[in-house]
Amino acid sequence: MFPTPVERQSAAVQATYKALVPLALILWLLPLLMVALFSIKPDGDFTSGNLWGMPSSFAGFENYTRVFTDSSMPRYLLNSIFITVPTVIGAVALSCMTGFALAVYRFKGNLWLFFMFVAGNFVPFQILMVPVRDLTINLGLYDTRLGLVLFHIAFQTGFCTLFMRNFIRALPRELIEAARVEGVSEIRIFWYVVLPLMRPAIAALSVLIFTFIWNDYFWAVVLTQGVESQPVTAGITAFNSQFRAAYHMMSAGSIIAALPPVMMFFLMQKHFIAGLTLGAVK
Amino acid sequence: MTQMTEQAHAADTRSWWSRNQMRAAPWLFLAPGIAFFAVYVILPIFQSFHISFYRWDGLGEATPVGLDNYRQLFEDRAFYVSLRNNVKWLLLYLLAIPAGLAIALFLNQQIKGMRLYKSLFFFPFVISQVVVGLVFVWFYNPAIGLWNPLIGLFGFAPMNVLGNPNTVTYGIIAAGLWPQIAYCMILYLTGLNAVDPEQVEAARLDGAKGWKMLWYVILPQLRPATFIAVVVTVIGALRSFDMVSVMTRGGPFGSSRVLAYYMFEVSLSEYGFRMGYGAAIAVILFLIMLVYIAFFLWRMWRDERAA
Amino acid sequence: MRFTLKGAAAMLALTTALAGPASAELTGNLRIFFNDQNPAPRAAMEGMVERFQAMHPDLNIELTLIDREANKTQIRNYLTANAPDVNGWYAGNRMRPYVSAGLFEDVSDLWEGPMGEELASTLPALTLDGKQWGVPYSYYQWGIYYREDIYNELGLTAATTWDEEKANCQVILDSGRKCYAIGSRHPWTTGGWFDYLNLRTNGYDFHMELTAGEVAWTDDRVRETFAKWRELLDMGAFIDNPTAYDWQEALPFVVNGEATAYLMGNFVVAPLREAGMTDDTLGFYPFPEITPGIARAEDAPTDTLHIPAQAQNKDNARAFLLYVASAENQSIVNEVLGQLPINSNAEVSDDKFIRAGFEMLSTAPGGIAQFFDRDTDAEMASAGMEGFQEFMMFPDNLDDILNRLEAVRQRVNSR
Repeated sequence: MFPTPVERQSAAVQATYKALVPLALILWLLPLLMVALFSIKPDGDFTSGNLWGMPSSFAGFENYTRVFTDSSMPRYLLNSIFITVPTVIGAVALSCMTGFALAVYRFKGNLWLFFMFVAGNFVPFQILMVPVRDLTINLGLYDTRLGLVLFHIAFQTGFCTLFMRNFIRALPRELIEAARVEGVSEIRIFWYVVLPLMRPAIAALSVLIFTFIWNDYFWAVVLTQGVESQPVTAGITAFNSQFRAAYHMMSAGSIIAALPPVMMFFLMQKHFIAGLTLGAVK
Repeated sequence: MTQMTEQAHAADTRSWWSRNQMRAAPWLFLAPGIAFFAVYVILPIFQSFHISFYRWDGLGEATPVGLDNYRQLFEDRAFYVSLRNNVKWLLLYLLAIPAGLAIALFLNQQIKGMRLYKSLFFFPFVISQVVVGLVFVWFYNPAIGLWNPLIGLFGFAPMNVLGNPNTVTYGIIAAGLWPQIAYCMILYLTGLNAVDPEQVEAARLDGAKGWKMLWYVILPQLRPATFIAVVVTVIGALRSFDMVSVMTRGGPFGSSRVLAYYMFEVSLSEYGFRMGYGAAIAVILFLIMLVYIAFFLWRMWRDERAA
Repeated sequence: MRFTLKGAAAMLALTTALAGPASAELTGNLRIFFNDQNPAPRAAMEGMVERFQAMHPDLNIELTLIDREANKTQIRNYLTANAPDVNGWYAGNRMRPYVSAGLFEDVSDLWEGPMGEELASTLPALTLDGKQWGVPYSYYQWGIYYREDIYNELGLTAATTWDEEKANCQVILDSGRKCYAIGSRHPWTTGGWFDYLNLRTNGYDFHMELTAGEVAWTDDRVRETFAKWRELLDMGAFIDNPTAYDWQEALPFVVNGEATAYLMGNFVVAPLREAGMTDDTLGFYPFPEITPGIARAEDAPTDTLHIPAQAQNKDNARAFLLYVASAENQSIVNEVLGQLPINSNAEVSDDKFIRAGFEMLSTAPGGIAQFFDRDTDAEMASAGMEGFQEFMMFPDNLDDILNRLEAVRQRVNSR
């Protein structure tokens, strides 16, 4: 274990360490704590200059309710869900297949195809922007959730393929060979032999992609524009201009917008970190 | 009769399939993925290169202008400001790696509640960059933010971080570093978990401690984590669009622009719709990124060959 | 040929609509993108839609409110893809890119009717290339909104000349306050200061030549304008760190009495009242004279609605614009907005600031400008306001800024 565990150190060191950790955490989360505090303050606290003290009254309930009743936030949240969930399903489905193909079969160009997916995943969005926007307009999908979903599925397939292929490669090959010897067709091998083993990878990837897509801002701005189709990342700017300079409302709105991926993370922590740190250990 | 032909047909297919399935199956599995990826990712890259040789407002006819867009780019003050800021982003963003390692080392203990502490340290990474940007805009705000009182404790004069051209880019980078440090931290925590305890104990018996131990024993074992940290950090630095867009829109007077944002501004803002010029900026950004992509692929290729 | 027929049919439908509302109800859809989410404009627009809906119950009206700043970047997007039937924008040169690109519908037909006479005062602002491209619903004055109570406390009266203005400001500064609030995070607010300083220093004609790109930015007269600005900057007249705030975020400085005046459009009154200011504490005066003898000219931006060329329901849109232009609607809308109606038959609300604005504008001998970013070419305006923003922070950079602006002017002119 490195660094040396504190248990092996003197009591004084242990106590200091135990005090230091929460302190560091507070400092680390300070900007966020500030916003969380703002979000439960009444309007009056900002005009009276009571910025960082205790709220003069607890207005959290009222502020958060207003986010849902007085703005288009529910609609934006709904849009985000309708964009994120199909993308997760689509990208994971496609990459299960591509990952399987690239991990299991030896054929000419295998590595090149794999590298294509990997390289595409690192490309800056801007190089795709003009043509993808154009394509989306020509398909009649500009300012629709479907237009965003299709692009996201395509782009995420790059990262997902990298992930799935490496995962399947680490599975025992003997299982597949044994099935082949018994004359099981390739499609059935994929469906009945490999797919069940991929469950942890699917879970990890789903959580990751959910977070990535939920938090996408660039494509939301490029491919959508109105309340009918914009996800919450883009909607929050409209929300903020509606409540301009009403910091308690803007804070509450931002926290609502950020919450779903945070909840996802805390609920699925194991999968999330497994996905994120794949390859960090040999 | 019809039934029979159908059956015959089916038998045919099956036999073809059983004869060729080893060769056909991979392409069958790959087809949808490749199709999507080609249409939305691969093809647009080439289209962007193509568009960068035209003057085009996104509507009417595109006029071929040869290398004009690039020529104009090299005289464009805003382009150089963006480029310089991109370099700042790249260099300073890499601080996320040592900072993430430091926090990981700090937290790599087994006291009560440590799991929760680690999660709480990590979760800024999960928050969208838009919200992180907003949070920091308010944090820096001279009228309501905690930043000025905070630095006041250490005797510093109040700052207008995002309104001052000399500090604005650093202010945005600091905000961007926050989730990135969390990401690197989790990579290293996972890496530290897998460090071989026997090696550590053996080194300890040899008298290695502290920095020496870290440098000669621990870090080499953390190589894979460091590699991933470098890759994601560099990519993150070049994708700095969200932060700049939300926090300053490139201001004040264009001093916090980066290529990713300038490209968007040129192509899609009210004063823009110069698609060709935007594509040229995107091409430059792409070429910069290509260096890293090539490096990454080379490493992967090496590993594949070894495997 | 078919086009004219369609237009004629539309006009026919309209005349019948006006003659007998019951018999000519509109059907189908009407999609409106309105470019303001602030409470007062929002209420005004929603009211307009509600009343129009009541007249045409079978019409399916869909109203989308877009943030004012966001609209400026989205407009090209939605005009080219997924165009609404009506969209909000601004008069003057600010329309030109969309007119040139063929994205706005020519609505000269509407102006040929009685509407044209009622709105005659804004005809020039809506005309480009001899045709009209939109319909105005409101305009508003710019000027200095100030803390009357603090002025009284300090024994000051509203200035009418530059020297008085500066003398007042010195007293205010000595009392521990700042003279002017400004939030320049979005740099357009600096355009108001430039407009007024330039209009008062060099007059309307010069200002219009400059914004039309006919005068060099390095001209000595331009430098004169910036020299006046610099006098205020050197006094420390403005609040600190204006780039950290947008215009709404700078309001508390006035409300809390940390700054005593705000050069702004009349839309500033609504949020100030909401924050507790009353007619006793808030006053208004026109920007004071700088060069003696120059005819007083004012900024009075006109807010407009347009029909995108790619709109799906142009007939419905035309009917809506006619209603928007009507005296009845303009009276109500501008009461809600706290602004001035364009329609000469509409009633001007009996409000301290609207009255003052009406008085000021109807007696302005010099002329009426739209606003810096509406009178100037879009790219030039963007560069210009960025330059003003920089000047306020680093007045010493003036030469560099003006050279840069001149380079942009020449590039824009050579297009």
